Amino acid sequence: MGLLAYGDTGWGDELFFATLMTIAVAATAIFIGFFLAAIFATFKLSKNRLLNLIGSFYTTVFRGVPELLVIYLFFFGGSGAVMYVAKIFGYNGYIEVNAFLTGAFSIGIISGAYSTEVFRGAIQSIHKGQFEASEVLGFKKKIYYYKIIIPQMLRLALPNISNVWQITLKDTSLISVTGLVEIMRQSYIAAGSTRDPLFFYSFAAVLYLFLTFLSMKLFNKLEKQYSRGY
Amino acid sequence: MLEHLPRLLKATKLTIQLTLLSLFFGIFVGVFFAILRTSKNKILYYTSYYYSYILRGTPLLVQIFIIYFGLGQVEWIRESFLWIFLKEPYSCAILAFTLNTGAYSSEIFRSAFETINRGIVEAAEGLGINKMHTFLKIKLPIAIRQSLPAYGNEMILMLKGTSLASTVTLLDLTGVAKHIISTTFRPVEVFIVAGSIYLLMTFIIHNFIKFLEKRYNYN
Repeated sequence: MGLLAYGDTGWGDELFFATLMTIAVAATAIFIGFFLAAIFATFKLSKNRLLNLIGSFYTTVFRGVPELLVIYLFFFGGSGAVMYVAKIFGYNGYIEVNAFLTGAFSIGIISGAYSTEVFRGAIQSIHKGQFEASEVLGFKKKIYYYKIIIPQMLRLALPNISNVWQITLKDTSLISVTGLVEIMRQSYIAAGSTRDPLFFYSFAAVLYLFLTFLSMKLFNKLEKQYSRGY
Repeated sequence: MLEHLPRLLKATKLTIQLTLLSLFFGIFVGVFFAILRTSKNKILYYTSYYYSYILRGTPLLVQIFIIYFGLGQVEWIRESFLWIFLKEPYSCAILAFTLNTGAYSSEIFRSAFETINRGIVEAAEGLGINKMHTFLKIKLPIAIRQSLPAYGNEMILMLKGTSLASTVTLLDLTGVAKHIISTTFRPVEVFIVAGSIYLLMTFIIHNFIKFLEKRYNYN
């Protein structure tokens, strides 16, 4: 257990902060995903053919292409794209995009594709009468979406959101290829310098198991809370 | 970009190979653990439960790293005949994918077995068909039909999962795509070409499963 000592002699503190990093990336990614999903789910549900097509294109591409390939696209293409935009504004220097943002964005876009389907399904499963009743009662669209549709939708979507969170959490391990020091990368560094990969990768597995276990408990609690009265 | 296409297509062959082999072995692992899950023996039940819990709760990347980098550290493995396989990244990748897809498929098969109408099994017993035959000729075909849609998703996930082979030096489609990106600095073009190849394969799997579902529809 000396390998896990806290401080300079062991890897305990490094792995602890790496775990926090994994949580931070996953949380950022899933919120980016929710944001995208809110937009693309609206697209998919709209009556406009073009918007439908854009929505389907997004979910098909990012659910059908390996996560690693998407990460490489943003990792190698991210700073190029930012520099291109900067050039338009008259800045010609080199800009390096932060590894955290690259990772959170690439995982967020993938997570968003899954969330889009979840949101779309949840909205569709809300009874048509709810929409009609809100309109008849004279609610504005914005108000009834916020106060009536979305709260009901969240309850239905929660089990699936829990699934998306688990997928997102596990996908963050792939960001280690970009050099961001999260659990996987830290284990890789520790395994390299101690020549004990079996121990460190197994420990990484335990950390991930702990995180997935914890989030499962949390979501179960949330589900219970949201289904009060049902 | 076009001059790189042959390399990408050649790498696609490895991706297909990895996917098919892992899925093939994974079915056996999946059925095996699904049967354990239905067992009344507590030890067998929990072995299967924790197997699928651990493999589904950790990232595939960790699993492949433990097998490829970790197992070589254990002396008796290095001295045994297993080392012939475990020193090769190719067989390590297939082993990791097989165990991973086996865990997910075991859940799919288990729920398929559970949905089999009890009456059918009782009828088989009443007709004096022995247990082995009931399983092979009655339960298994029904379970296969039931699990087709979910298994189709798992096939697609496995196809995407094989991209991790590139992290243990294998040159699959993603590995080659990365190599081309890092030498030409054309991430967008390479992504479009490699991504399209993946999407095409997803499309084929999707339609193949749809075809099977129609073919074996008994309602």
